[in-house]
Amino acid sequence: MNLVNFSLMRHELLLVVAALLILIVEIFASSKSRKSISLFSIVLFAVITIVGFLPSPTGTLFGGMYEVNNTRLIMKNILNIGSLLVLIQSVTWLNKDENHDKISEYFILLVSTLIGMNFMISAGHFLMFYLGLELATIPIAALAAYERYNNKSAEAGIKLILISSLSSGVLLYGLTMIYGTTGTLYFNEVAQLYGNENLQILGFIFFFSGMAFKISIVPFHLWTADVYEGAPVNITSYLSVISKGAAVFIFIIVLFTVFPLIIITWQKIIYVSAVLTMTIGNLFAIRQQNLKRFLAFSSISQAGYILVGLIGGNQIGMASVIYYILVYIFSNLAVFGVVAAISNAKGKENIDEYNGLYKTNPGLSLVMLLGLFSLGGIPPFAGFFGKFFLFTAAAQNGYYILVLIAVLNTIISLYYYLLVVKAMFINNNEAPIEKFRSDFPTRLALGICIAGIVITGFASIIFEVIKNMSFGV
Amino acid sequence: MNILSLFVLIPVLTITGIVLIKDMRQVKIVASIGMGLQLLLSALLIFLYVSARHAGDTAEMLFIKDIVWFKSLNIHYAVGVDGISVAMIGLTSIVVFAGIFASWELEFLTKEFFISLILLATGVFGFFISIDLFTMFLFYELAVIPMYLLIGIWGSGPKEYSAMKLTLMLMGASALILVGILGIHFNSAPDGGQMSFNILEISRIKIPMKAQYIFFPLTFVGFGVLGALFPFHTWSPDGHSSAPTAVSMLHAGVLMKLGGYGAFRVAMFLMPEAAHELAWIFIILTTISVVYGAFSAIVQKDLKYINAYSSVSHCGLVLFAILMMNQTAMNGAIIQMISHGLMTALFFALIGMIYSRTHTRLINEMGGLMKVIPFLSVCYVIAGLASLGLPGFSGFVAEMTIFAGAFQHPDLFHRIMTIIAITSIVITAVYILRVIAILLLGPATNEHYEHLTDAKWYEKVSTITLISFIVFIGLAPFWLSSMIRGSLQPIISKILALNPF
Repeated sequence: MNLVNFSLMRHELLLVVAALLILIVEIFASSKSRKSISLFSIVLFAVITIVGFLPSPTGTLFGGMYEVNNTRLIMKNILNIGSLLVLIQSVTWLNKDENHDKISEYFILLVSTLIGMNFMISAGHFLMFYLGLELATIPIAALAAYERYNNKSAEAGIKLILISSLSSGVLLYGLTMIYGTTGTLYFNEVAQLYGNENLQILGFIFFFSGMAFKISIVPFHLWTADVYEGAPVNITSYLSVISKGAAVFIFIIVLFTVFPLIIITWQKIIYVSAVLTMTIGNLFAIRQQNLKRFLAFSSISQAGYILVGLIGGNQIGMASVIYYILVYIFSNLAVFGVVAAISNAKGKENIDEYNGLYKTNPGLSLVMLLGLFSLGGIPPFAGFFGKFFLFTAAAQNGYYILVLIAVLNTIISLYYYLLVVKAMFINNNEAPIEKFRSDFPTRLALGICIAGIVITGFASIIFEVIKNMSFGV
Repeated sequence: MNILSLFVLIPVLTITGIVLIKDMRQVKIVASIGMGLQLLLSALLIFLYVSARHAGDTAEMLFIKDIVWFKSLNIHYAVGVDGISVAMIGLTSIVVFAGIFASWELEFLTKEFFISLILLATGVFGFFISIDLFTMFLFYELAVIPMYLLIGIWGSGPKEYSAMKLTLMLMGASALILVGILGIHFNSAPDGGQMSFNILEISRIKIPMKAQYIFFPLTFVGFGVLGALFPFHTWSPDGHSSAPTAVSMLHAGVLMKLGGYGAFRVAMFLMPEAAHELAWIFIILTTISVVYGAFSAIVQKDLKYINAYSSVSHCGLVLFAILMMNQTAMNGAIIQMISHGLMTALFFALIGMIYSRTHTRLINEMGGLMKVIPFLSVCYVIAGLASLGLPGFSGFVAEMTIFAGAFQHPDLFHRIMTIIAITSIVITAVYILRVIAILLLGPATNEHYEHLTDAKWYEKVSTITLISFIVFIGLAPFWLSSMIRGSLQPIISKILALNPF
């Protein structure tokens, strides 16, 4: 390994260093100074995020098992931004007394999942991909069970680990078929050998199902609502944004680079999954009272829109999916940030408890409004641009009916997003959530999210940069 | 700075100003100054436009500004106006200006109200100046969404239900429009070359017929929902009756015109061939709108419902006239949009003012208002007479032109439909005169009403602005119709190629 190789693996290596540094700081921290671990970790992570944007060489390592190119770099950077926001948002929650002893665990576990995701995104070989996937999943289960004295949190952890092992099993079974029919696990070699033989189609279906668990595509979505509800809010937001984003990223890379020869086949599968995912996610979201469950179903339906974007297998499609993940990070974290702030301060997570929120907490209500509107695809917020591009990508290949179904689904989603808006702005309440002042980290994170929601849409340069780094089948 | 971009910039600056102010009284002043500037600006625009045309500028659109926005998708921020959009911009600024003064008494969350109202206006202005389908769609959605908050928070009656119904139906319409726009875009280069979102560029090519048959109905119905096309008009009565005064004014006066304008500019203008083939379906639907809306208005008891159904009828007439596809009828359609916009805004303003005095909108509970509030009552009579098409008011010019144009079609189908639609004039007279008789004339039944005060200064500003324009167009329609006629040429020449008669 020489210096260039180090710089190629910059994202992963820096995160490993960060995890170790936090561990060392943890050893030397006295009981009183433990709270400063958060500050240290966040500053460290912010530096890493910025370093990630510096120009980097591209190439492959370990005989092609590890690959870096501009597409993958921008994906990693987007994940870094999102994780940084999640970290800032969780400070309030970590500063609570009951979490006092395990602040550093939170950061170490979270950073290790991110290392896994980065390796996964950089994979050029299915084994590397699988290793990254496992590293990205198992620590999250520990994080979901972070409040171990809380039954629901423990339940969420167990559910997540069971479901992950099941899905990994399914995925591995698919990989064995891929290996069995092609004799290789390197992405570029599989790509040339993969055809439409029955066993190969079966292998792809198993692989797809395994990924579908991670992205929570219907019918593999059943774990989502329970885990999202049980896990602490900040973990839920990490799960729904970063974890899902990383899975989508690697999914689109694999689809476009490994399986271009069977595009006709996977387009059919994705067509059906997209329709089901959007519709079922949206219909179930309507009846939810708990905001975390509500957002779980909302995030399922968002996965459906993402499938609509990538179905065409074209360059605009990949660009719009990456762009949409970025937009989704800002929008969803704005909403989750408000939910987390209120949950941490008042312990309230139900929609009807939000009645009359605008009178007492206008700032938080407005952030929530903008976040929901962006998720619902209302201009002039970034979500509108994101959805428009996703649908454009599908329409480019003539999927007009799918686009119509997708747009009608956004109307359903608008209905339940407006229910929350109605609760906050219109419904009367004798005893609304009292006025409280959220602390600096929360406000900082929400501010960044709002800036992101507004700027990402209008600044076309962001989309153009992503577009230039994307590729089609 | 392009003069058209100012139409978006001024509302945005006004909103920024309102956000920064603390004092509630100043909010109204800032809003009225901002929208007053907007009114002056549209007067300037009309002047510049007319003088440019007189100077011999024959370009299809004037004041064009085109900035590349999303290069890879060929999305531009492109603005430009012809006579039709100039007229619509003028209408919008009048109605918004009058709307600000009609909501002068609002006390509850004043700041938020004016922000949402002006945001709505921003969307409408942006829609009328856009010549890029993407920006047009963006502004369309921008205009729809503040409605939810405006009706939901400041409305009356079953406001939450109405707000949700209106928002979802209009967003559903936008779903059809979105698919239509994408379809038009991806068929805009049938012979190869770069695909475009620009209306002018697309209008120069012929979209393949197969695509037109799919995307013309989608876009026409999509915009038709907003123009109260039967059977998608049901959001309109509920929405209008629950909305606060200024919002009803803006909504019936301007937002419904987005439908007619969009159906004309996007569906008909870009796909005239399919429009020619499929017009008969929509002519039947709009005829139903026209007659059914008028009949429904007869039996309503609530003043706002009467005008909401009357709007369904009148806006149906706009779409009806556009579908007739000849110069006279289309000219009438545009004048009808302007005329109905002013008239209905006046109606809703007056209903709001009467309601704030009597606290009821049921006509049976009122009576003899002419004696106690003569100014408002006279204004109401004027609005009513304009609405039933009395010569001297704008309504007469519009309806006369429409029916004259529609009857030019020599075939039986068009003539029968025209005759059926013409009956709406009689029905309109029935419901207008019925309201005037019960509400304004007759004995004063309720003694509480004897101490009502007549219009205050801001209410006079609002009503007189609207009335003077109604009378002006009624007496001197020629300048308006000549402005429109020139801009109809491109589409008329396309249609004549299809159907020379």
